[in-house]
Amino acid sequence: MHGRVKLKSTAQQEEEKRKEREKKLKIYVATRDACFNKRKEGAMDDEALQLTQQLLSANPDFATLWNYRREILMHLETVKEEDEVQKQFDAELVFLETCLRVNPKSYGCWYHRGWVCGRQPKPNWTRELSLCDECLARDDRNFHCWDYRRMVVKESGVPVDQELQFTDRLIGSNFSNYSSWHYRSTLLPLLHPQSPDLPVTCPKSSTNSPPNSPHTHSHRVCEEQLLKEYELVQNAFFTDPNDQSAWFYYRWLLGRAEREEMISCVYMSREGERVVVAFSRPAQAVGLMLLLDGKMQKVEWRSAPPSVRHSPVWICEFPPGTISDINNEHNLTVHWTEKYTKRECALYTGRAESWCRDTATDQELFRSELSVEKTSVLQSELQSCNQLMELEPENKWCLLTIILLMRALDPLGYEKETLAHFQKLKEVDSMRSSYYSDLCSKFMIENTILKMEYAEVRVFSISEKNLSTLCHLDQLLLVTHMNLCSNQLSRIPPQFSMLQCLEVLEVDDNLIESLDGLSNLPKLEELSLKNNQISKISQLEPLASCPKLTRLDLRGNPITKTDNIPAELSELLPSVTDLML
Amino acid sequence: MASDNLPSEFDVVILGTGLTESIIASACSRVGQKVLHIDRRNYYSSKWAGFNFNSLLSWIEEYKSQQGSQSTEDEAEWRKTLEDGEEVLPLSADDSFITNLEVSCYASLEAEEEVKENEEATETLSPAAPSPTEPEEETKGKGEGESSPDVTQETTTSGETQHTQEDGGCGVQEEGASQDAGQSEEIEQKEQQEDTTAGPPSSAKEVKKKKITYADLVKEGRRFNIDLVSKLIYSRGSLVDLLIQSKVSRYTEFKIVTRILTYRQGRVEQVPCSRADVFASKQLTMVEKRMLMKFLTFCLDFEQHPEEYQEVSDQPFWEFLQTKKLTENLQHFVLHSIAMVTKETCTEDGLKATQHFLRCLGRYGNTPFLFPLYGLGEIPQCFCRMSAVFGGIYCLRHSVQCLVVDKETNGCKAVIDTQGQRISCSHFVVEDSFVRQRWKNTEEGHISRAVLITDRSVLPADSDQQISLLTAPPLEPGGPAVHVVELCSSSMTCMPGTFLVHLTCSSKGTAREDLESLIAQMFYVPPSPGEELAEGDERSGRPTVMWAMYFNMLDISRMDGSNGFDLPSNVHVCTGPDVNLGCDYSVKLAEKIFRQLLPEEEFCPPAPDPEDIIYEGVAPQGEGSGFEENPKTEGSPLQSEADGLENHPESEKEAAEVEAPIQETPKEALKEDASPSEE
Repeated sequence: MHGRVKLKSTAQQEEEKRKEREKKLKIYVATRDACFNKRKEGAMDDEALQLTQQLLSANPDFATLWNYRREILMHLETVKEEDEVQKQFDAELVFLETCLRVNPKSYGCWYHRGWVCGRQPKPNWTRELSLCDECLARDDRNFHCWDYRRMVVKESGVPVDQELQFTDRLIGSNFSNYSSWHYRSTLLPLLHPQSPDLPVTCPKSSTNSPPNSPHTHSHRVCEEQLLKEYELVQNAFFTDPNDQSAWFYYRWLLGRAEREEMISCVYMSREGERVVVAFSRPAQAVGLMLLLDGKMQKVEWRSAPPSVRHSPVWICEFPPGTISDINNEHNLTVHWTEKYTKRECALYTGRAESWCRDTATDQELFRSELSVEKTSVLQSELQSCNQLMELEPENKWCLLTIILLMRALDPLGYEKETLAHFQKLKEVDSMRSSYYSDLCSKFMIENTILKMEYAEVRVFSISEKNLSTLCHLDQLLLVTHMNLCSNQLSRIPPQFSMLQCLEVLEVDDNLIESLDGLSNLPKLEELSLKNNQISKISQLEPLASCPKLTRLDLRGNPITKTDNIPAELSELLPSVTDLML
Repeated sequence: MASDNLPSEFDVVILGTGLTESIIASACSRVGQKVLHIDRRNYYSSKWAGFNFNSLLSWIEEYKSQQGSQSTEDEAEWRKTLEDGEEVLPLSADDSFITNLEVSCYASLEAEEEVKENEEATETLSPAAPSPTEPEEETKGKGEGESSPDVTQETTTSGETQHTQEDGGCGVQEEGASQDAGQSEEIEQKEQQEDTTAGPPSSAKEVKKKKITYADLVKEGRRFNIDLVSKLIYSRGSLVDLLIQSKVSRYTEFKIVTRILTYRQGRVEQVPCSRADVFASKQLTMVEKRMLMKFLTFCLDFEQHPEEYQEVSDQPFWEFLQTKKLTENLQHFVLHSIAMVTKETCTEDGLKATQHFLRCLGRYGNTPFLFPLYGLGEIPQCFCRMSAVFGGIYCLRHSVQCLVVDKETNGCKAVIDTQGQRISCSHFVVEDSFVRQRWKNTEEGHISRAVLITDRSVLPADSDQQISLLTAPPLEPGGPAVHVVELCSSSMTCMPGTFLVHLTCSSKGTAREDLESLIAQMFYVPPSPGEELAEGDERSGRPTVMWAMYFNMLDISRMDGSNGFDLPSNVHVCTGPDVNLGCDYSVKLAEKIFRQLLPEEEFCPPAPDPEDIIYEGVAPQGEGSGFEENPKTEGSPLQSEADGLENHPESEKEAAEVEAPIQETPKEALKEDASPSEE
């Protein structure tokens, strides 16, 4: 048609582009070769700088060339005046900025920039900070820039409060960026530390460490600031309850102080002349010293389960005859030189065993995944979350947080609600139902331990609770009778071998396939495994290491259908006299 | 006169340079139609025009003197060209579309001495700004220096030149593709100019300290760009789509509207509408935040939840909101500021309006709207420029006095221009005001407008460079809601230290009757020029009005194109602009008319890049050969060398280019898709 603008055809355009590319490639390859040659010759001149600059502005991730540039710059440092060096480095920074414009996520550029600023006689950190700000304004998740910025802040000593304002700004513009929240969590304890001389007003909610503990180093934030943070983060999750950043930060705020490493229990038994030591956290037995009646004892420590470097439970035996005589009284002191701590335990005449321990109730062990704060604060947080749940009954983050708050406040009192919320969680977030089952099991076990200790018995019974996993076994060191019937357990985990006092175990009506943990239990006499999934003799092999096992109930397991099973069993487990198939 | 050279045959003749006409012009030129685009006025954009302060004053004078005057129709030569079976259909000589124009000045008319002081102050602030006594200087400087002022006026389509009102006659200039280079240069210059005028913020404050007088307004008049039509551009509306698709966006730049405000119980408040706003809002309680977000999230895809609204979709939206557990606060925000509908609007329409608003959020910024730098009057000119690049012929101060109609087919065969020349065409497109006498019915409405120059923002914030949209609910039940757009100086529509406020509503009475009471509530209107408020007056926080203009604009957009006119079938009438906030009506009408004109052709396909255009006798321009142009060449060793380092583990969205002025260009490449509920 007349009047139409004539255009190059697609083929024409592509041909032109191809030629252009070819030309560029030629120049590029030639320049690269020239650069390599110069480096081989050891040239440290301006021309080399220019050539590398040309290549790097096309391809900022050419690490070799950055190295070459650094070599040249380091050489120039030795031959030029300080002023000139400063100028040279300034020029380098300008060049780097153009590279970053092309690729704001170039590893090579950011690294080189850090190197230049670190070497420059008078680095201009203010400029670097504003460069970071600009980059983060374009893309607030550019982790290269976050990294670089941390370096700049550290080098230039930006005041912490200024940095906190920086996070305010970033969170304000996008509260879904967890980088900003995380950064905030590192700044707050520095700026608003929990006052150390502030008396703990509510002992029930104190930290997990004993009151006389020498180091209560919590990364906690003072309460006044904490309340402000709660408000900030609530604004975020009320605005968008499906955004996980805010919830994670909230979890951090509600916090959990780490348990201090200490000896939580010492147990000694005349039978087997055994000492068992339990730690608050998995530890190595290095530096454990035993003083029996004032005399140092040389012993071999072994972990339970066996051959673990870090274990919460360690076992040793005295040479035969050391404490076996029931008419003797003994005083045992366990020194843990690593942590400058010790525990004493007396074994009186006529007693077969003795122990010394902190109870879980004393330690508030399971009060919370969250910790520390005043009950009133947690109570009002629970109210806020309940309010949100009314609006968003299907929000998993909210449900989970409510469960945690309830546990922190009153684990036994809220047990029924907690179970209901878990049920709801499994429905609304079915992809993670196994996770919720495990978590729920954990909480149920904690509750059972608490109940057991309030009752001051050594019987642990938790049946028909849909347990899917076993945990906190180190807390069950002294238990003699255990009932786990009618749950969803599929295995007895290796940690089960910590239960050094266990005599009777009932695990009827589960889905047990593996008995790994039922090994080396010196006192186990009775085991009831009715209606489980034991189908092969090999699955029972761990039991062979339990010397006292005499009663075994395997009714309702597939294995009973196997031919010749009684004979094989009596061969594997000669001590079992009372076998039910 | 240059018009002697006007060719006598065109495919399409277009009279009027408003948005719809200009889009049609560019669409037709783009697909190779021979287009003559003319306007009776001496400026571009017709009803959509923007003026600087001084030329606005002249325009007002001209408007007033014109009223009642009738141009004489002389029986002339052209009658001889009529053939048998042809009849003549005259167009309206009076094309005015403005009524009830009133202007009031409230700025101090101070004594010479003080004025001089101010002059010095502003002079030193912006040495680059041309003195108002030498308007031609600038025009020459930025355009083609060697050409005469006449030609410059006609060839450049940028916003500034229209204000140089020197008498140019009807210079005609064929704008070929070769002009393109020169034009893009001009854009660059414009950008530079922006840089200098946007200037250091301190200068604005300095000016602010001194009281701005009327003399200052006149002296700095060139810094104003006062639009007759006040609209915003929805960032996912049809205009943005068209600008991007046609690549007309390359001719202009945009600012993001930074705030959505509302007027409630006598107070101006910011409306939290984006996710970040809701999060940061101090006015809302936690629960309100949740309720608002929940409701907005529902609106984003309300069609997916018919059970929520279907039963009441014909009921008023207002009542629907009340059933949604939204507090009164939130109902107000949603109804007036987000959906921007009235209490009577039905639920489905209300939901659609809310959805549109929300979908526009986050594309370019925290509000759904863009505003063109230098004012809305730029947009029609950008389309004219595109038309000119593709061979459209432009001629201002040139009109059509009548149409030549074939009696048998009732088709328009030609037009007779104001010079008496007969120009044949297959289609004639015309702005509605030229054919008013051909209306079949009288369904006419009016738009009430007010334009204020004030001294401060209606809601001062940390930064005084805010562009705000405020929707004021009807003061009395049944009255019109008023859109208030407040522009700051960095939008290049007013001088530093001032704000330009546009008020728009559909008319009940005259513009003054409709808008005066709202203005009196929100602003301080001095009883006499320069009179200041007493200390402690309840109005003391309000912006002071320095200058005000009221007028009504004819609105026959309801007549929907040519259907309401008694005209030949190949005459297409561009009605509008309508009273709505967006430009969608005019864009859709342009597309509809184009489809009638050329049903087979594509509407505004992407314009080719300049380097792909073949110029007769000109060697193709090569691209620069530096590496900088295109650093990553496919298949080159660039990639292989870098492979070891390219292992980016992050999944975040691509970083936007560091240098690009992200928030100011509606280019798809820069779009940021962050609707409030997405993450």
